Amino acid sequence: MSNNEVLVKVSNAGLYKNGKWLVKNVSLNINRGKIVTLIGPNGSGKTTTAKIALGLYKNIEGSVERLTNKISYVPQKVSIDWTLPVRVLDFMILTQDLEEKEITDALILTGVEELIHSNLRDLSGGEFQRVLLARAIAKKPELLVLDEPVQGVDFTGEVALYALIKKISETLKCGILLISHDLHVVMSATDHVVCLNGHVCCSGSPVDVAQNKEYKELFGEKSSQLLSIYEHEHDHVHSSDGKIVKDIN
Amino acid sequence: MFDDFFIRAIVAGVGIALVTGPLGCFVVWRRLSFFGDTLAHSALLGVLISISLDVNVSLTIFIVSSLVAMLLLRLEKTTNLAGDSLLGLISHSSLAIGLVILGFLSFIRFDVMGVLFGDILSVNTNDLLIIWIGGALILLVLWYIWKPLFASTVNYELAEAEGMRPERVNAIFTVLLAALIAISIKMIGVLLITGLLIIPTAMARNLSNNPKQMVILSVIGGLLSVFIGLYTSFEINTASGPTIVVVALILFILSLTRITKNTHDLKK
Repeated sequence: MSNNEVLVKVSNAGLYKNGKWLVKNVSLNINRGKIVTLIGPNGSGKTTTAKIALGLYKNIEGSVERLTNKISYVPQKVSIDWTLPVRVLDFMILTQDLEEKEITDALILTGVEELIHSNLRDLSGGEFQRVLLARAIAKKPELLVLDEPVQGVDFTGEVALYALIKKISETLKCGILLISHDLHVVMSATDHVVCLNGHVCCSGSPVDVAQNKEYKELFGEKSSQLLSIYEHEHDHVHSSDGKIVKDIN
Repeated sequence: MFDDFFIRAIVAGVGIALVTGPLGCFVVWRRLSFFGDTLAHSALLGVLISISLDVNVSLTIFIVSSLVAMLLLRLEKTTNLAGDSLLGLISHSSLAIGLVILGFLSFIRFDVMGVLFGDILSVNTNDLLIIWIGGALILLVLWYIWKPLFASTVNYELAEAEGMRPERVNAIFTVLLAALIAISIKMIGVLLITGLLIIPTAMARNLSNNPKQMVILSVIGGLLSVFIGLYTSFEINTASGPTIVVVALILFILSLTRITKNTHDLKK
């Protein structure tokens, strides 16, 4: 099994719904051990694209090939109705059978092991996100799709969780599709960025995207500088020859 | 032993309560109580068809209710009508069609009240077999699809993304509901079966903090309602179905004291 094995191949995908294109002509590959980040303004089709990659839509243009069945998904929004009493423990084994140790290990990684017997409805937003992430990684997936996984998490927690996501992609050798608003934090851990605005504006390594004209128009000159600074750091951490390397291996 | 009609009624009631408990939990969790009502109303149509064609009642109800369930699932996707309007449309039309057909069947002596509210006196040994074998099958299938069904109840897209095939298990679940209605109509009636599905479950929710506990408590609630309800209905000569539901309601009200206490504890 090569490290660069493609897990999901989205080719020219689009979704037409209620009289308009939510996204159009999106192509991207998610490879084993790599993190692909989707960025873009509100309503630019990030979540739609992630759902297309997961195969949640039946009537799409183009094609999606998924070459793995071991998929974990952290949706953007999970609301638990009052009528449904679910503890963290019950939620962890929602789609999978886990040993007790696997459950606690995953919860320890995201820093919420003491909440194992709490009811999901009693958690704060940040705690809930940590539980969602713990559940997703406990399964040891080959493909991890994270739709704004750190929303509501405090800043230190945010940095730690992104570091964890990076670590997971390396240790589990899984492909990750990440949606995020936190440009500055995310970029340092990303291998490939896809900038969306109804279609793919630009894509490439974080530093390439940061220099792209359309990206600057979308997010402003400042964010471009921001990105470059972080990319520079990324460069030092992950590459020995001083270049931005798309392929860390 | 089954000679005594009271014993038969108890045995039938226990069989049904064992099934309504777990199914009722999913009905409440998934907000399907009106859906259950619709299937139950269509059961009247099933009863009349079975009388007209002289075929097995339970089987006919099962087939008619399943067809209505499938029709609903289909219409939900193809029309723009809101879910509850759609349910109201199907529910009351099928009830009305059933009652109109009933007008044409004047040559048959037919106890409408029995179908609407249940007639425990008419439960015979054959019905007991249908209830227990049918009930066992329903629980077996539910056991088998429990995990994907529960996952898709918590979050449909998450379940689908992770390969749990929610659409398929949802369809299976509606067929299980239709089957429950088919085996329980004689006992509890078209209009009240949803009551037995959701009231003990609502009581259970007030007392539980995890899904398994809620299922067990709702089974216990259903059993208590059946025991106390049947006993009372024989003692004070009231209709069995409504009496069972009234007992379930009283249990629910009692369970509210516990929840007020819990909320109070939280505030402290």
